[in-house]
Amino acid sequence: MVEKMYVADKDYRVPAGCGVSGIMNETGERFGGDAIITSIALMRDRSNGLGGGFAAYGIYPDLANYYAFHLMYESEDARRQTEEYLKGCYTIMHDEPIPSREVKTIKHSPILWRYFLMPREEALTRDPLLSEKDFVAMTVMHVNSRITHALVASSGKNMGIFKGVGYPEDIGEFYCLEGYKGYIWTSHGRFPTNSVAWWGGAHPFGLLDWSVVHNGEISSYGINRRYLQNFGYFCSFFTDTEVITYLVDLLIRKHELSFEMVAKILAAPFWVDIERMPEEEKEFYQSMRMVYGSALLNGPFGVIVANTETMLGLNDRLKLRPLVAARWGNFVYIASEESAIREICPQPDRVWMPRAGEPVLARLRKDGSSAGAGQSLAAQGLETVSPGCEAACPCQECEPASQGYEAASQDSEAYGRKEVL
Amino acid sequence: MAKIPIVQDFVVDRDEDKCISCQVCCRMCSNDAHTYDRETDKVSTDTAKCVGCHFCESFCPTDALTIRRNASEIRQNANWKQEMLTWIAKQAETGGVLLTGMGCDQPFPVYWDHILLNASQVTNPSIDPLREPMELRTYLGCKPDRLEVESPQQQCPEKAPHLKAKPGKQLLLQTPILFSAMSYGSISLNACKSLAWAASEFGTFYNTGEGGLHRDLYPYGANTIVQVASGRFGVHEEYLKAGAAIEIKIGQGAKPGIGGHLPGEKVNEEVSRTRMIPMGSDAISPAPHHDIYSIEDLRQLIYALKEATRYEKPVGVKISAVHNVAPIATGVVRAGADFVSIDGLRGGTGAAPTVIRNNVGIPIELAIAAVDTRLRQEGIRNHASVIAAGGFRTSGDIIKAIALGADAVYIGTSALVALGCHLCQKCYTGKCNWGIATQDPYLTKRLNPHIGARRLINLLRAWSLEIKEMLGGMGINAIESLRGNREALRGVGLSDTDLKILGIKPAGEAW
Amino acid sequence: MKRIVIREEYCMGCRLCEIHCLVQHSKSKEIIKAYKGEYPKALPRVLVEEKEYLSFALQCRHCEDAPCLEACMTGAMHKDEETGAVICNEDKCVGCWMCIMVCPFGVIARNTEGKKAASKCDLCLGEKMPVCVQHCPNEAIVFEEK
Repeated sequence: MVEKMYVADKDYRVPAGCGVSGIMNETGERFGGDAIITSIALMRDRSNGLGGGFAAYGIYPDLANYYAFHLMYESEDARRQTEEYLKGCYTIMHDEPIPSREVKTIKHSPILWRYFLMPREEALTRDPLLSEKDFVAMTVMHVNSRITHALVASSGKNMGIFKGVGYPEDIGEFYCLEGYKGYIWTSHGRFPTNSVAWWGGAHPFGLLDWSVVHNGEISSYGINRRYLQNFGYFCSFFTDTEVITYLVDLLIRKHELSFEMVAKILAAPFWVDIERMPEEEKEFYQSMRMVYGSALLNGPFGVIVANTETMLGLNDRLKLRPLVAARWGNFVYIASEESAIREICPQPDRVWMPRAGEPVLARLRKDGSSAGAGQSLAAQGLETVSPGCEAACPCQECEPASQGYEAASQDSEAYGRKEVL
Repeated sequence: MAKIPIVQDFVVDRDEDKCISCQVCCRMCSNDAHTYDRETDKVSTDTAKCVGCHFCESFCPTDALTIRRNASEIRQNANWKQEMLTWIAKQAETGGVLLTGMGCDQPFPVYWDHILLNASQVTNPSIDPLREPMELRTYLGCKPDRLEVESPQQQCPEKAPHLKAKPGKQLLLQTPILFSAMSYGSISLNACKSLAWAASEFGTFYNTGEGGLHRDLYPYGANTIVQVASGRFGVHEEYLKAGAAIEIKIGQGAKPGIGGHLPGEKVNEEVSRTRMIPMGSDAISPAPHHDIYSIEDLRQLIYALKEATRYEKPVGVKISAVHNVAPIATGVVRAGADFVSIDGLRGGTGAAPTVIRNNVGIPIELAIAAVDTRLRQEGIRNHASVIAAGGFRTSGDIIKAIALGADAVYIGTSALVALGCHLCQKCYTGKCNWGIATQDPYLTKRLNPHIGARRLINLLRAWSLEIKEMLGGMGINAIESLRGNREALRGVGLSDTDLKILGIKPAGEAW
Repeated sequence: MKRIVIREEYCMGCRLCEIHCLVQHSKSKEIIKAYKGEYPKALPRVLVEEKEYLSFALQCRHCEDAPCLEACMTGAMHKDEETGAVICNEDKCVGCWMCIMVCPFGVIARNTEGKKAASKCDLCLGEKMPVCVQHCPNEAIVFEEK
């Protein structure tokens, strides 16, 4: 599809698996991208340089009301077509190239552009049955499936996905992520097997403010994809992670189910366990499996799903892939390996191994209250130095304006905006 | 020449060294092919009478008998097959429509044999069904597109959230295999009992066909699908309420476009009472339902049956796989059917005109794919379950059918084979040596339903285990993750058009 | 005791029970030899009774109060202590046929070929299961505790 976005998969058969990592500050305090880079870089063995990426929430606070579209183009023509299409139904508040710096190992980068969009009133009212988010999702589907050589990497508000072909730490450097501050960061180091390596196929996958990083293989992909088509989701990335993204969007946004329930749909409890439940619960789970059987994710996976308010870690129903969680104060960590957490948070309050199908949920506390033993970073005096959690601390001092970042910012006149800081 | 002798289908080889003249063969053959000569103390065989049911061969205590195809051949002719000459000879003599039994035996392509399954290697682990749960549980019926729960966004559900509306009544199957419609009349009561007992023991369903429900079978109502066909034989309120679900039979794969046919020879007193027809009379169902001349009429019948059973039972519709099966199936679903049964070209029958059985309809593989695709395109796949029928020979066929998109499959022929059937295709004569397709009390007692049920349960068990093994091999531990998952299938030796209709990729192509 | 129970509704009248009974009581216990090479030919101890489509395989019922035991003057007819089966010791039997006269089921036959002796079902003592039951293709006779 996007030919040059592929690279030769020469080191294909190195035994390993994908690695994922995620950090969330539940009070919404923002911190730099270097922590997540450090964490994912530790799991270098789990990737093979054929894909890496990051999702960050809270990075565009000044443009938080606009849908931030991160686009990948293989040709200028694709950019023109896409912009033409976007102009048709959106007010483009601001657009610019996504800042990046030269990194030796990162090659064949597509044209990377971001847009801050607001759907036009008249475009929205054309179909009164469509909600604004449906409309935006449809735009994403349209661009991905209809415009050749253009792909939407992310499309949510106050968040963005940065991904490409390369080791994740190189991708992080490429996108100058140390310069962004967010309250949720997820990342992925890729070891592609069932789909070829290309920029669009790297994780995270996003739709609206959803992002998904995933280690595993969804054996039920065929039916998950066909099920989603019923609801207007068209898979164009040739990878199973995409279906997780759309399933979560369908079940949580459209069907208004809770994260807990969705976890029980994606990694459904076994019938033998359902049979042992009290009557009402039994009936509920029976109905759920009956109705959402095609949404069951079968096969091994460890996945981190995030949106503006939540970070969810989930394992398959047999726990065939690793996933570890930890809490330190208001921080929740989820990663493929405990070492990836300890690397940035040597002494967490609690570390645990979530059981098969048991969700790990971190939620933004809008009232600003702190969780458990942890206190706000400011109160702990951890704003600058965090003894337990150095790299993850939202250190004001290391607010970096690296050269590459600056170089990129010079490309775009409007780039001096505060929203990225 | 008034009568041209017909070339015999079979020869019976009797090894005289082994034959002990015990006369088991003589006593057992309902076609009187074997006779004992007291003077010579020898048994001889009239091969012309042999239908190739292999009953005598199976029971000969010294293995003295071998049934073989008759080697007599006409001059080689690519156009004229020997059986065609036989048909013409018979028709020239009788002037009648040729009848036959069981499913189409012509060499149309069997797509199952051109479809291969996937298995896990490295990137996802295969699952061992002996050590891990492997789920085949299947629910048939209309399902809502979504579940609505009270206070859906509650954060920590201590107990299960409350459902605003429960899904409609479903049929719960422990394995995605049901016994297809075979009427009492076409098969013996002992055969019906075998099916009913096995279904209720294993946790699946059998189907009454259009034969009504014999008194003895009412206790198994919870595992019975009662059929309403164009002849309305044996249909009354109690019958409708006795079953777990109702199936309206529009068509049958062996004979699309025509109604059922039960020769009067098989209508004895019990059949007559159950079907509510006179003894000895041919029970010929009308070709169409005379109250259904269009889809809106079907809707009326579906809802009439739902009303009659207080909306407590799923109501399905059985159609045969014909050229327009996909749009017809969507019409049926939109008319309110909770499940659609599709019976393919190779579906069996107790009696059908040979020419129709051999020439009408389409293979079930293509029909499943077309129907599933179409229902999804129209966004109504959840609204009804699809049961596929017509010639499933192994668990491999079944798992492929499910991967193509069927919710469950009906097995008929293979169930009868488990009961002894050797596909002699003479069901319509009522002389079934195996005690299956007959009402002759001398023959029906040959099928002991205790043994029959045990064998059917064994078959279900064996196939379920095999399905679990194959699922596990694919790294899947619940059947719903395979259902409609055509990524699990690859085609070999199929044309692009076949692949397109089946919605599968050719072998060798990764995803 | 374990007895042979008849389920006449499933008896198809094939008489395989008779055939295998005969073989069991032949010298060679090989079916073709028993039929074609042994003189005198052994007798089956079970008989299939038939009328129209009804049939069933009947052999000695091994009565608790067996009249044949009372009638036997030589003590040939006796009860096997262990199994409770009614057995005829053919060495002791003199062929007076009194047992045949008193048997209410008519399941004792005269063996007049060779040594004159009463011929009856011995439940194939020594076998796990009587051969007629073993070989009944339709479980129309079963061997169970009664």
